[in-house]
Amino acid sequence: METIWLWLPEEVQYTLYTLLKVLIILVPLFVIVAYYTLAERKVIGYMQARIGPNRVGPKGLLQPFADLFKLMFKEIILPTNANKYLFYLAPVITFGAGMSAWAVMPFTDTLVFADINAGLLYILAMTSVGVYGVIIAGWASNSKYALLGAMRSAAQIVAYEIAMGFALVGVLMAAGSLNLGDIVAKQAGGWSNWLVFPLLPLFVVYLISGVAETNRAPFDVAEGESEIVAGFLVEYSGMAFAVFFLAEYATMILISLLAALMFFGGWLSPFPGVLADSIGWLFLKTAFFMFLFLWFRATFPRYRYDQIMRLGWKVLLPVTIACLFLEGVAVYFEVGPWAV
Amino acid sequence: MYATIKFYLKSFLFLELFKGLNVTGRYFFRRKFTVQYPEQKTPISPRFRGLHALRRYANGEERCIACKLCEAVCPALAITIESEQRADGTRRTTRYDIDLFKCIYCGFCEEACPVDAIVETRIFEYHFENRGENIMTKEKLLEIGDSYESQLAADRSADAPYR
Repeated sequence: METIWLWLPEEVQYTLYTLLKVLIILVPLFVIVAYYTLAERKVIGYMQARIGPNRVGPKGLLQPFADLFKLMFKEIILPTNANKYLFYLAPVITFGAGMSAWAVMPFTDTLVFADINAGLLYILAMTSVGVYGVIIAGWASNSKYALLGAMRSAAQIVAYEIAMGFALVGVLMAAGSLNLGDIVAKQAGGWSNWLVFPLLPLFVVYLISGVAETNRAPFDVAEGESEIVAGFLVEYSGMAFAVFFLAEYATMILISLLAALMFFGGWLSPFPGVLADSIGWLFLKTAFFMFLFLWFRATFPRYRYDQIMRLGWKVLLPVTIACLFLEGVAVYFEVGPWAV
Repeated sequence: MYATIKFYLKSFLFLELFKGLNVTGRYFFRRKFTVQYPEQKTPISPRFRGLHALRRYANGEERCIACKLCEAVCPALAITIESEQRADGTRRTTRYDIDLFKCIYCGFCEEACPVDAIVETRIFEYHFENRGENIMTKEKLLEIGDSYESQLAADRSADAPYR
């Protein structure tokens, strides 16, 4: 075995090694996504005084696999006069963009797949590319509802991308780096050093924009199953639908993980003297935000389309700009946590 | 001025949103009301109106005297009755059909019956697999009545004080 490995050219070794690392990140991610869907149904059920799925396997634990196999064996229907290539390309774009954002995610200070300096910028770029998949899906489906959903989604994501980007500018001003590992390292020294406290308004803006970015309730007008059926997803079935679904949930986890990394000190322990830093803290913090997504969905009614636009452009954007201005002044005069 | 400040304070502190989250958060820990149907069942009233049955007297004689009051009262016209005189001079049905696709389970037939012959049982878990099985013939109705007689009698006597 080892001789075969050494016999391989160095480039092939490198490729295989990288592929293995990709799988180490993505396979657990898929499993988490699968169980996130189950958790969603359970949590929302509990909040509605129901008990949620509990039939497939012990306590319903095999439900995600039942759903997955159902989707795998279903036919992918191509609508009449739909653009075949774009129709099949759209889920791939959304999925690819959603997954590649995970490349720069640090899990601990050493466990990081690609430790690049512009990590934050890369993530913003990748999550924005996902919207192309949505637009292409809406257009290629040759359906009114799909097109309407895609237009809504595009407008919404563009509007909230800006507020989110500005909120993250605040983080990088405070941390002085675009590298996610450095941003976490900046928050070392207990919970009082976490960036969420000096940047509380920006954190709230980030959270709201994050929910809007992933088209989740209460910002799910793009899907809007009660008004435009399922938005850009109407014509998708089987595995094509599952791929969109996977990308959406992976993005939700990504947003939660980012919130934990940038505002809550990532893998750093809140009480450094008492409890050790570990990847467990990161997972705990991420799980909290993932739960928040479900809690929001069980609680808030859907925003009207014009209300979403108003909130994005006329509330969140001015608030972030004002905060950034204040922060800039603080950085210039080196007050508070910005004194280097 | 004061109202404006209050409005902005209220919207920027997300008071309403937290109230909503509080409600769903409390329900998350509440007792759940789901009935796990095939294993658990909700209690059924003695007046439950399910599948029909024709009853007999204790001596084995069928109760129905073909008075056709049920056929007349049936709002869905689901009952069809044909009758003839027997050798002993009594009148009995030769045909007693209920079309379950027409039946609306209103219970009027049971109320109209002067001899408590046609009744509605507690049976509600049934299905048809072939065309024509929806017609309940006299034989099928009597068979159901025979096998559930003790239950039917108990239900009638439980409800008797209110009739």
